[in-house]
Amino acid sequence: MDITFLLQLFINGLVVGSIYALVATGFVIIYKATGALNLAQGEFLMVGAYLCLNLLSKYQVPFWQAILITFAFAALLGAIIERVILRPLIGSHLISVIMVTLGLSSILKALIQLAYGTDTIPFPEVFPSAPVQIGPIPVSQGYLYAIGCVTVLVALLTSFFKYSKTGIAMRATASSQQVALSMGISVKKMFAISWAIAAIVSAMGGILLGTIRGGIDMSLSHMGLKVLPVVILGGLDSILGAIVGGLIIGILENFSGGYLDPLVGGGAKEVAPYIALILILMFKPYGLFGKKKIERV
Amino acid sequence: MRCGDFKTSYTADMTIFESRSARVMMGLFLCVLFTLPLYTPGFLLDIINRIGIAIIGAVGLNILTGFTGQISLGNAAFMAIGAFSCGYLGTRFNVPFYLSIPLAGIITATCGMFVGIPSLRIKGLYLAMATLAAHFIVEFLIVKWESVTGGVDGMSIPTPALGSYELNSDARLFVLIFVIVVMAVLFAKNLFRSKVGKAFVAIRDQAVSAEVMGVNILKYKLLSFGISSFYVGVAGALIAYQARIISPETFPVSLAIDYLGMIIIGGLGSILGSIYGAIFIKLLPELLRMVTTSLSGSYPELIYKLAAMKELVFGALVIIFLIFEPNGMASRWHRIKKYWKLYPFSH
Repeated sequence: MDITFLLQLFINGLVVGSIYALVATGFVIIYKATGALNLAQGEFLMVGAYLCLNLLSKYQVPFWQAILITFAFAALLGAIIERVILRPLIGSHLISVIMVTLGLSSILKALIQLAYGTDTIPFPEVFPSAPVQIGPIPVSQGYLYAIGCVTVLVALLTSFFKYSKTGIAMRATASSQQVALSMGISVKKMFAISWAIAAIVSAMGGILLGTIRGGIDMSLSHMGLKVLPVVILGGLDSILGAIVGGLIIGILENFSGGYLDPLVGGGAKEVAPYIALILILMFKPYGLFGKKKIERV
Repeated sequence: MRCGDFKTSYTADMTIFESRSARVMMGLFLCVLFTLPLYTPGFLLDIINRIGIAIIGAVGLNILTGFTGQISLGNAAFMAIGAFSCGYLGTRFNVPFYLSIPLAGIITATCGMFVGIPSLRIKGLYLAMATLAAHFIVEFLIVKWESVTGGVDGMSIPTPALGSYELNSDARLFVLIFVIVVMAVLFAKNLFRSKVGKAFVAIRDQAVSAEVMGVNILKYKLLSFGISSFYVGVAGALIAYQARIISPETFPVSLAIDYLGMIIIGGLGSILGSIYGAIFIKLLPELLRMVTTSLSGSYPELIYKLAAMKELVFGALVIIFLIFEPNGMASRWHRIKKYWKLYPFSH
């Protein structure tokens, strides 16, 4: 076996996986706090990427400021969506919540398509492209920056949940809404904040994907469905699980792309995460770190 | 005008047609329906045929999702299984359509029950995700199994024929499709007057109580998956006969979401609702097309944005219905009817 090829696949997997981890974190935050399954996560990612692209190429905003503006907008979008669409559905049936996020994803996708069309738009180069030699293999600098950004964002999120008052209040809400309410925490506000945070991390994922791929198009929204195997593997209510799961699924995807695709003639890369999803559901339905909730009928 | 509710027996409560006038109205409606091809132009008939197929699929999905409470995002894949197995039987073994359509249904039902096996362990949103994964896996298999499905290029379907009488026009297909629609709706309506249908509803409402009452959950869940997939498979086979050329791209995930939208907008757990929803969602792109063509004089670029606009309106409608009318058009219609029944003297 060619060791350089393996390492190359591993590093690609790690980079894509770290972005999966980011988006999955957003997914898990929403699920933990509100119990809603956000199938529009991929569209959040897409909206973030397009917005940042617009700021960068149309208004010539410097990259770091563009990121901050995108974050602010994403947070606003997330909070508004929670307030207008999700809040009236609190306490309604699961299928309503799933369908409402699917409807939301239709709307966001359509709006992006109306505004930008379906062609791939080149993403301006923000990280230097010259590859760095790590051991035997050349690695694009963009990859390293991407992994760096994800690490920083995850560290920020972790300390937010651990030390800030809002973060602790959100954890309290996730643990028990009733107790949180009686302690004077505004559960509704926590819901809105979790949607805002989810939108921010997804937007970051979109920006990083844009810089890595060099261009963005409508296919970015598929990322939202790719997150499902990740959260199932990690456990639906575990942020640590989302991160570990993201990396594993990213690596799995690239390995099956590298080793299985030549055997079956393409397509294995796309379908492997979903086969993993089914297997995990059969044998370990609560994932690696998920909380077990046993109910026998 | 009838008013009031004077049912004195369970049988009376369970009848499909509450009065003789309702039965007569239904008979008249069917007469009008089946004479439609005589005076309807071809393009309109084509849309009506699509609606008919959608009704079969939507009723099938509603049996599983609306009545049994099992959320399935994999119905586009089941439709594909129905379409491709129908095509395979027709091209390879020259099976006539009156056998290949039910056979396609049976094959799909078998696949559906297989996918349904894990539903005993996994439920709710886990089941939604598993069925979504099943969709991608089936799509992958269809693309890869070239000897049967023709791979990415798909396959062309022979014209359905009864001896030498070919069903080669919209009008002839109309008769085939709507005979099946009537049978499908009638069967579904009766299903929920029977023991099996009530077991489905019991599982949806409270699985634990259902088990305690002696409902064999696994058996009925599998049965629900089977019946629902049979409907969806038949709809897939009809799509194959109508489209004449099918490929894996004929059945994307968005099709599954469209069907979920139909039963949400029409009404979850309502046969009539599935019909309203199917009509509404299938007419929506046509209405949008009419609006955009009439506006294309002043906004010529509008015509290229039709697909996006359809998606926008679809998403908005789903959200609006979920927030303001979660029981769908069927319940709104019911309320309107009730209001006018007692019109000036409602309480």
